[in-house]
Amino acid sequence: MLDADFFRRWMTATAASVNREAQRLTALDAAIGDADHGSNLQRGFTAVLAGLEKEAPDTPGAVLTLAGRRLISTVGGASGPLYGTLLRRAGKALGDGAEVSEEQLAQALRAGVDGVMALGGAALGDKTMIDALSPAVDALADGFPAARSAAEEGAVATVPLQARKGRASYLGERSIGHQDPGATSSALLIAALEEAAAGASGE
Amino acid sequence: MKMLINVPETVVADALRGMAAAHPELTVDVENRVIVRRDAPVAGQVALVSGGGSGHEPLHGGFVGPGMLSAACPGEVFTSPVPDQMARAAAAVDSGAGVLFVVKNYTGDVLNFDMAAELAEDEGIQVAKVLVNDDVAVTDSLYTAGRRGTGATLFVEKIAGAAAAEGQPLERVESIGRQVNENARSFGVALTAVTTPAKGSPTFDLPPGELELGIGIHGEPGRERRAMMTSGEIADFAVHAILEDMPPRNPVLVLVNGMGATPLLELYGFNAEVQRVLAERGVSVARTLVGNYVTSLDMAGASVTLCQVDEELLRLWDAPVKTPALRWGM
Repeated sequence: MLDADFFRRWMTATAASVNREAQRLTALDAAIGDADHGSNLQRGFTAVLAGLEKEAPDTPGAVLTLAGRRLISTVGGASGPLYGTLLRRAGKALGDGAEVSEEQLAQALRAGVDGVMALGGAALGDKTMIDALSPAVDALADGFPAARSAAEEGAVATVPLQARKGRASYLGERSIGHQDPGATSSALLIAALEEAAAGASGE
Repeated sequence: MKMLINVPETVVADALRGMAAAHPELTVDVENRVIVRRDAPVAGQVALVSGGGSGHEPLHGGFVGPGMLSAACPGEVFTSPVPDQMARAAAAVDSGAGVLFVVKNYTGDVLNFDMAAELAEDEGIQVAKVLVNDDVAVTDSLYTAGRRGTGATLFVEKIAGAAAAEGQPLERVESIGRQVNENARSFGVALTAVTTPAKGSPTFDLPPGELELGIGIHGEPGRERRAMMTSGEIADFAVHAILEDMPPRNPVLVLVNGMGATPLLELYGFNAEVQRVLAERGVSVARTLVGNYVTSLDMAGASVTLCQVDEELLRLWDAPVKTPALRWGM
């Protein structure tokens, strides 16, 4: 079972990998967007950690709901509402239990991904964060490492795609050949689940 | 790249502090990033609120004042503001007559303004929205995020702002804003890439002998790259692209807009070429504005916006306005 501490570790691990990879995310965004994806997510997850520290939510659902709210209030751009909706919807779907199962987490993340698709209008293959998130959520049933691989493969698989949503879509065919920055950061978020789980077993 | 800044993290806050010092007629909330005309709310008037990423100055903060915007919300550089900012601005300027959001069509701006509208409506504020999408360089809307909002934003904010200042009701101000957008088209070119403070180096690589056609205002590359053209050739290309999309019927307002690093000497020369092409195509020009209004940091280049106007829209364009960047008649 996963408790609030697991979800706090997940957000902490995500913030750390966003910090580590910020330059790369921004470089990917420079190629087909506007060169700020790394710095925007850094600002957002820094605010998430500050919020978690200050409000100390004590259920898995409350941790994710707060994280989503903080992202919406601090990131801006498309990624703020989209990542914020992902985590807020997932948090609401988790309810207010003190612990949740991995299966509940998978269902909640599916609800979050559905929320992102409804808000942004993107489908699989549009070269967006959905291309990493959706296969990752499908693979969660096989464990966190499987989800991580699915997300990373999904992100890499955006390279040959032509963008149909977001700022990269303005490039038309010139968006082909570049990895989508949103799918790349989504893979970081999913990979951090594995780190959060490792943190628990290591304690 | 050298920049006149302290550190990249504070460029927006630093600019807002400077704006507050230069414009006592505005209330600038540096912490919450909202710029409001000091006499707001104005009784009996619809309030216009706009916003968007920073880096396009004077858009939007420079257009706050009587006859134009009631408030503006600057985001981080090239990043739309967050819903909390627009909701706060709406609450500060609403007189009870309602608030019109002027939103440039970018995924982030649309999502954040929609969330802000929900927050404001929860507070009992009536909100309407005009989406600006005038950029003809984005041709295939089915497979893109849709046409971008660029130079026409100035026309929408000025003309709808004049209607609001006359005390026209929200539905009317909204429909005038939409009418302006539907009759406006833009096309932009870049001679250099843009350098954001956070990145510190150009966002894309544009060799000295080439230009980008059909660029947006966020340093995103354009649709097509060609060998460098003359001012006259660029004017031919840009104006034809616009007229192909919007065959001219009425006289037009012309905006020849600099992207930030192109000198006025060049912009006026470019305007001469734009006017030549319009004359060749039999388009009559009602008014012309030349300058840096909807910019993209330090990008060199220009955009052309044409807006067809009837007598009513022209009258509202000519109405008095008093903002940091646009002022006449008062």
